[in-house]
Amino acid sequence: MMISCEKAANICNRHQYREATVWEKIQLKFHLTMCKTCAKHSAKNEKLTSLCNQAKLTVLSDEEKRKMKETFSNAK
Amino acid sequence: METHKLNPDKWVDLYADYLFNYAVTRVSDSEIAKDLVQDTFIAGLKSAKNFKGDAAERTWLIAILKRKVIDHYRKINSKKGKAEVRMSYSSQTDAEGDWMEERIADPNSNFENDNLENEELGLAIQNCISKLPKKQAQVFTMKTIQGMETEDICNALGINASNLWVMIHRARTGLMGCLNQNWF
Repeated sequence: MMISCEKAANICNRHQYREATVWEKIQLKFHLTMCKTCAKHSAKNEKLTSLCNQAKLTVLSDEEKRKMKETFSNAK
Repeated sequence: METHKLNPDKWVDLYADYLFNYAVTRVSDSEIAKDLVQDTFIAGLKSAKNFKGDAAERTWLIAILKRKVIDHYRKINSKKGKAEVRMSYSSQTDAEGDWMEERIADPNSNFENDNLENEELGLAIQNCISKLPKKQAQVFTMKTIQGMETEDICNALGINASNLWVMIHRARTGLMGCLNQNWF
């Protein structure tokens, strides 16, 4: 039942992308009740996820950037 | 003070996303935003000789983009001949007579500020991402912003899943530290 902090951090990260299994989440929850350092880190991690969602970030695709470079170098 | 130099060859890789996010929050149309970013790069190249080196490259490009956004709004407004004020009336019949009340700003609403804050937040995050080591920034962007599957990223970059999660971990820890002062 008891997992290492390293493993807890790994599960926590995957949990941010909904890629942790139910069993892993239980292990994580249990670990967080025991370990203050991880609990703090985990709370920050959750916050980062919500900030990223809130900011609605977008990026240009590689294809769009390639086109942009092309137009740009033609303009030179 | 250190003087800054322009390096147009790297502009697209370094600043396209940052400028794009800035533009898209202002014109709310990604096609137009993309054109504005493109115009900004070209305008920057044309006026590169006027660059004095006081400001960082990105700050200078943002200043150009700001002008482009203003020009964009001028153009669409002059096409119509005048600025347009849109009002949408509720079509609900039981709301009859209430329409006036709907127009009055809700003093408790933080909606406008939210938008403003989100915009700043977006740029702050983008800024912090650009400070990460290149590989970490790339993996984090693919996973978090583009929402790609772990397996697809691994295939695209030729890394295994545990490599990916180590990089995600480092990137996220780095971002927490970078955003710490203002947003946590």
